[in-house]
Amino acid sequence: MTAEERRRARQGWLLSAPALALLLAGASGPLLIVVVYAFLEPGEYSGVEWKFSLEAWFRVLFERDIFDGTVRLADAHLSIFWRSVKLSLLTTLLTFVFGLPTAWFIATRPARTRMLWLFLITVPFWTNLLIRTFAIMEVLRNEGILNGALMRLGLISSPIQILYTDVAVLIGMTYVYLPLMALPLYAAIERFDMRMAEAAYDLYASRWQVLRKVVLPIVRPGVVAGSILVFVPSLGAYVTPRVLGGGKNMMIGNFIELQFGAGRNWPLGAALSLILLAMVACALTIYVRAAARAGADG
Amino acid sequence: MRIPALAAATALAAAAAHAEGALNIYNWGNYTNPELIKKFEQTYDVKVTITEYDSNTTALTKVEAGGHGFDIVVPSHSFVPIFIEKGLLLETRPDQMENFKNVDPVWVDVPWDPGRRYTVPWQWGSTGMAVNVDAYDGDINTSAIFLDPPPELAGKINVVPEMQDVINLALYYVGGEACTEDKAKLKAARDALVAAKPKWLSMDYGTTDKLASGEWVASVNWNGSTFRARLANPKVRYGYPREGYPLWMDSVAVLADAKNVENAKLFQNFIMDPENAALISAFARYSNGIKGSDAFMPPEMKDAPEINPPAELAAAGRFGPSCPKEIQAIYTAIWTELQK
Repeated sequence: MTAEERRRARQGWLLSAPALALLLAGASGPLLIVVVYAFLEPGEYSGVEWKFSLEAWFRVLFERDIFDGTVRLADAHLSIFWRSVKLSLLTTLLTFVFGLPTAWFIATRPARTRMLWLFLITVPFWTNLLIRTFAIMEVLRNEGILNGALMRLGLISSPIQILYTDVAVLIGMTYVYLPLMALPLYAAIERFDMRMAEAAYDLYASRWQVLRKVVLPIVRPGVVAGSILVFVPSLGAYVTPRVLGGGKNMMIGNFIELQFGAGRNWPLGAALSLILLAMVACALTIYVRAAARAGADG
Repeated sequence: MRIPALAAATALAAAAAHAEGALNIYNWGNYTNPELIKKFEQTYDVKVTITEYDSNTTALTKVEAGGHGFDIVVPSHSFVPIFIEKGLLLETRPDQMENFKNVDPVWVDVPWDPGRRYTVPWQWGSTGMAVNVDAYDGDINTSAIFLDPPPELAGKINVVPEMQDVINLALYYVGGEACTEDKAKLKAARDALVAAKPKWLSMDYGTTDKLASGEWVASVNWNGSTFRARLANPKVRYGYPREGYPLWMDSVAVLADAKNVENAKLFQNFIMDPENAALISAFARYSNGIKGSDAFMPPEMKDAPEINPPAELAAAGRFGPSCPKEIQAIYTAIWTELQK
């Protein structure tokens, strides 16, 4: 390394120092507190008692029957985890199904108008998530816009109960996270050379074959990035299941909130948060591997 | 200067304008009548700031953390002993204040603050059943409305997601007590809840609007909220479960680390005045515990069934304590089982 290179490297570090310090203090500090709390005992009314305990970790997966004291797998916890994973996977799938045609449409517009379409995709972000969720509630509820329209059209005679079901949660989450899928897909498709598709057609490939064998492999990094961007926040979703799901069934986010609120068991809440973090880390690892493979193929 | 200001204020409650300054109140959301605050500000030349919370645990956690800058907090009966035990409240001796004579004797020797050495009654109410008579006109004075619903209401019931109240209602329904250690009763309560859940529509807040609009025809709900819903929709009724129903009282306390102690004490004294207490009730529609405030209440409140329980059902109302940690863990386990 020459003196000049060393100087530049030092300059780079100095310039990024404020951002790094902020990240370290803002992300690692609170995380450290969460880690420490997960190994303590719950306080009598809230907070923690400074006594080492593995009880919280034990309680994540196992429960002592409150009535006969036997230890068994905490099936209530597992079903809450499973519901979160299931709904997040379905949300990812649905955003892909809706996001791919949207991204394709935008990427194939003339360059001049593309910015306008992209701009339209960002419009929902101008309003707070909670307000948008309440707006969806207005659409889905029994006397709401959707049921009203269907009844006036004579398609149904009594309102369909959509609100307060898993379907409502799925609709809400798909709507909320769709841009996070559409944008990376767009970025990938935009780079796609349309002449490749033409060449495939010339070689008698069917439309389905073109999509599967030519388009999808090339846009795969976009699919993977979009899936991660959707899956990760879905897993921790709190507002949408609470408002649209009618609060009858918890997801991980609501379950963690219960521990810090009425449940008064902060260590369990901290342990659950770390489990959620580990699940996200797993998803990200899969992403990095897949992206590396996609890179190698391309 | 502090002591003379207080003396003057207590002597000439209305005329005293010496306690200039600020007062920071930490109270439940949508609970404080702006008119009451305006009147207090004008009477004492004090600038009042209100910050809102949504649960006792939120309030406790924030106050305990310190640095909040609040002077007054309004915890529920079950949390007052916790605040006192943790040394978070100032012993302001409301029982020696001028307006204390107005406190209904029923609310003086309360278990959470015997003799009222710390707290002043704010409002009290109950958790019961709200039902629209168009949907069901049978007996609503029973928790069977949500635990064993009549066919007309099956699939249409909302249950407020208030863990303590809902589990206590279920415990009373199966013949138990709040925070009981009797495992058989806890089990029976859990089984009753789990068995009833498929017949519920939702577990959500926002009951006042949805009962008023008719979107919900039945809900576990608070009396004051049901009262407000009935004013908008005359078909809404409030039922007091005869098996037992939770009562609660929120009380005004001064924080140990309050900066504006004298103003906070003035406020405690101020709201024990019947005319001012009536303002509190006129806004949130709950009873206040101050004798003679009825005379200043809006006419529709005087014999509202939501705040005047029928004599034969009044005794079924119970104040549940804050459960010990072990029992609370069972409550949480039941709640998790219910919402899994």
